[in-house]
Amino acid sequence: MEESAMDVSRQATFETRSAWRAYLRSIWAVVWKDLAAELRSRELLSAMLVFALLVILIFNFALELDAETRATVTSGVLWVTFAFAGTLGLNRSMAMEKDRGCLDGLLLAPVDRSAIYFGKAIGNLVFMFVVEIIVLPVYSILYNVNLFNPGLILVIVLGSLGYVAVGTLLSSMAVQTRTRDVLLPILLFPVVIPVFIAAVKASGFFLAGREMVDIWPYLNLMIVYDVIFTAVAFMTFDYVVEE
Amino acid sequence: MEPKPRLLSILDSVTVLLLLAATAAVFFYAPTEAVMGQVQRVFYFHVAAGWVGMLGFLVAAIAGIVYLRTGRRNWDIVGLSAVEIGMVFAFINIVTGSIWARPIWNTWWTWDPRLTTATIMELIYAAYLMLRAGIEDPNRRARFGAVYAIVGFISVPLTFFSARLFRTIHPVVIGSNQPGAEGSFDMSPRMLQAFMFSLFTFSFVFADLLWHRVRLGRLSDKVEQLKLKTMA
Repeated sequence: MEESAMDVSRQATFETRSAWRAYLRSIWAVVWKDLAAELRSRELLSAMLVFALLVILIFNFALELDAETRATVTSGVLWVTFAFAGTLGLNRSMAMEKDRGCLDGLLLAPVDRSAIYFGKAIGNLVFMFVVEIIVLPVYSILYNVNLFNPGLILVIVLGSLGYVAVGTLLSSMAVQTRTRDVLLPILLFPVVIPVFIAAVKASGFFLAGREMVDIWPYLNLMIVYDVIFTAVAFMTFDYVVEE
Repeated sequence: MEPKPRLLSILDSVTVLLLLAATAAVFFYAPTEAVMGQVQRVFYFHVAAGWVGMLGFLVAAIAGIVYLRTGRRNWDIVGLSAVEIGMVFAFINIVTGSIWARPIWNTWWTWDPRLTTATIMELIYAAYLMLRAGIEDPNRRARFGAVYAIVGFISVPLTFFSARLFRTIHPVVIGSNQPGAEGSFDMSPRMLQAFMFSLFTFSFVFADLLWHRVRLGRLSDKVEQLKLKTMA
């Protein structure tokens, strides 16, 4: 009697574990598809990168980035650059799915819809990170600012997470509308403002070498935002891609 | 054409009477504030309009959740109506606030957390309306509207907290003030009564407008269906 009960529970854990593994595998399949497509075409990353560098260049003339100004505006310039380049990437990554009916193919696959969301989000996050990894040293060299600060890296990871979590959900809505590309920043920016404020402030504080007591509230806010919006997107993505 | 419900007509008259009474209370019953003078009277409708704005956005988020669960068109109409009313009252809230801020803070506008949050809230719901305008299929429009109403509403308190981490100068009349708030005052009992009555009245205004707007939405749905029927 006892043995069979144990068997059942063991069977159950085995089943949940294999279900988990299948879920992770399907997420990975979506991520891999995006990365492979990008490795072959290099459409998205090159556009995001060149655009990001252009934004920094424009800021250079708009703000007269001399040594004094740089100390105060660096974090703001960086985050505006990431936000703009990010919308470009999000739009493109979803438009690619929509254009040739790839999204329909994805939806036909016998996997949980949320796996598609997480796959797309992780893909977008990877693209964001690549752009950030290249922009940071370029900015450091061009403006002679040392940006190699572990705290700054942490802020960038937390900020990008929140940005991509909401951005992936909203971009999959935006591509299904008539106004498409125009709509994404209008939908995304007002909602992502909390992350943006916290990220700019926290990066600025880290670069200025402020104490952790001042920085923690902003980090906490970003963590809370990331958790809440990943959960909301996870719960609502089904309704966004439903036909 | 369905006739106007009796209860709605009654609600209309009650709301108009309440609104007249509230206006009278603000101008004649509430005493003039000692330091700020007459301009402080803006406060009663300023807060009440802000309350209706928040209420509208809350109702829209709840209607969004219910719509996604049940898929009934009515809830989509409720959500859209609540957003429209909320936007108008949030705007009244901003404008009356500016009128008050000009003499008290010596500026029409400042990037205080409450003001920042109010502005971003208006932008969120402007985006909501633009999102809906870009979609033809009514079911998809309803689904996307519901999702965005939920996402937008959740982000509002986070925006407020993130902006509040800087210091604020906006007075908090109910609850404790932060140091540095300018233009705060203690309410006398008569002020409190006028204030509570304004909140009560504006809640009626909200309910009345919502009912009218939902009814309008349903009628326009019906017209749409009739059009399709005659064309077919």
